[in-house]
Amino acid sequence: MASNTLVSRPGSDARKAGRRRAQRPADLGRQRTLISPAQLGRTRGKAVYWIVFALVILLFTVAFLGPLYWMVTGGLKATQEVVQSPPTAFPSSIHTENYSRAWTVMDLSRLLFNTLYYAFGALAFQLVFDVAAAYSLSKLRPVFGKVILGMMLATLMIPATVLVVPQYLTVLDVPIFQRNLLNSPWVIWLPSVTNAFNIFLLKRFFDSIPRELLDAAAIDGASPLRTLRSVVLPISRPILGVVSIFAVVGVWKDFLWPMLTLPDPSKQTLNVGIYSLASGVPENVLIAALTIASIPTLLIFLLFQRNIMSGLTAGGLKG
Amino acid sequence: MSAPTLSPSKATRPRHGHAGPTRPNSAREEFLRTLRRNISAHGFLIGAVLCFSFFSWYPMVREFILAFQKTENGKTTWAGWSNLSYVVNDPAFWQAWRNTLLFSALALVFGFAIPFVVAVVLNEFRHGQGYLRLLVYLPVMLPPVASVLLFKYFYDPGYGLFNRILEIFHLPAQQWLQDTDTAMLSVVIAATWMNMGGATLIYLAALQGIPGELYEAAELDGAGLLRKIWHVTIPQTRLILSLLLLMQIIATMQVFTEPFLLTNGAGPEGSTTTVVYLIYQYAFNFNNYGSAAALGLVLLVVLAGFSAVYVRLSRNSED
Repeated sequence: MASNTLVSRPGSDARKAGRRRAQRPADLGRQRTLISPAQLGRTRGKAVYWIVFALVILLFTVAFLGPLYWMVTGGLKATQEVVQSPPTAFPSSIHTENYSRAWTVMDLSRLLFNTLYYAFGALAFQLVFDVAAAYSLSKLRPVFGKVILGMMLATLMIPATVLVVPQYLTVLDVPIFQRNLLNSPWVIWLPSVTNAFNIFLLKRFFDSIPRELLDAAAIDGASPLRTLRSVVLPISRPILGVVSIFAVVGVWKDFLWPMLTLPDPSKQTLNVGIYSLASGVPENVLIAALTIASIPTLLIFLLFQRNIMSGLTAGGLKG
Repeated sequence: MSAPTLSPSKATRPRHGHAGPTRPNSAREEFLRTLRRNISAHGFLIGAVLCFSFFSWYPMVREFILAFQKTENGKTTWAGWSNLSYVVNDPAFWQAWRNTLLFSALALVFGFAIPFVVAVVLNEFRHGQGYLRLLVYLPVMLPPVASVLLFKYFYDPGYGLFNRILEIFHLPAQQWLQDTDTAMLSVVIAATWMNMGGATLIYLAALQGIPGELYEAAELDGAGLLRKIWHVTIPQTRLILSLLLLMQIIATMQVFTEPFLLTNGAGPEGSTTTVVYLIYQYAFNFNNYGSAAALGLVLLVVLAGFSAVYVRLSRNSED
């Protein structure tokens, strides 16, 4: 419950804020926090506020944007300039060819394509299987549904790293099917479905959809699949967005599993490929490659930051 | 599903004990309907259940079996407790645990306390909150290889940025990752930078849920800034603080990627060898799956206690 109210907060807050702003323009329409508005209203309070604010803005920009700046400009520096001491803040001459060299030498197009392929494949599998499972557990309520959900949630209790070894041995020789999944995209896609947390998040959202809506669809003669497609999914767009972003970012950020299961260099992900080639290329080319590898997830973040942050707080509280 | 609901028997459906002349017939109908409902419900579940069976549940069972088995020359034999005693008697075992606990302790000081302080400060700001929130979460979205190799470059004793900063403040230069004393600290600093965004945003959401009247009441009682934090802020966010604390303990004790990428896993004289890295080494460098699984079980037992408390707390938060 707590997370639902948190997710819905931005809208209701804005409304409340609007009302309050009309009454008390000095307060800028925010909720009362640690430091009282009266204290902030005084000259000394104002001065302290602005000094602390300026310091924090400066510190944060340096601490979190600084390294990114260093990365982008480091990729533009000449080979000697990157490893010279003291380091320079601005590249003395611009070498954009580092980026094109990184692109060809480290075969970034291949690595980028692989990562995208794995990420969106994993997204598709998660959307189909996890949504179907959550819908079934929430609305169709099969026998043993509770047991199955419990067993899925139990996997959250086992530290993920403990399972890496037996999981690796399993994909070497999948029981019954007798298949070796090493170096195939299935090795990323299929285990990504076992995301109990996503199923839990989706199920909780589906639980909040009123029963009457589904009954109405059933009376109109809709099959469960049809109901899922035409009633449940359109309402669930926000949660589907959150789950999708986390699915893609999860694959993008994973390191250990793809390193173990995709040993073939032509099948590797960005993380693994860049890591294994890192020692063989000059520093400036490597840094350029890091910049290129970072762009996709940074873009996703800048485009979807609102969904990511609301999903994070929804997930974090229930973890 | 639709046909039975429209059948005439629906209107006179015998409800619990209303036995009529049509009873055998509608009981069969009822049974068929339940059966059909369950078939479709389990149909929706099957994809996820299969994935869980192969990639979660089966590996979970296998982890336990592996821990008591030995594989030599392709022959698997029952090993009893010998894997476990081998693992415990390995001198690396205690070193890995010491390192892991050191990492967890340092990571908690940095990764648990700093985000809380940051969140409390950010929550006071009437301006620029969106920008600051964006900044702290930015590193979380970077591929780990990018942040890690970037930090490796900063840590370089020769041309690294960090020694340059120390120099500006007239502090002695450090060997960072190359020194047994500072290696783990360096790993923690990098890991904190990479991961603190999530915790900060969750704290911020929690802080925004504190009713402002509590602060007003505390002020009327003459409480200063620190006492307001101690008596209002912390008690009001206690549940989320403790959930995140447990989550962080569970996560930091499984640390692998950061030390693996920053110091090739072991570090100078094994000063950054963590338990999970030791598992990795047993399994993938020495092909000793039995010992890897046995050490995994030890980790599992240690973390199970924390997981149990976590589940307990988060269930309480739901009520």
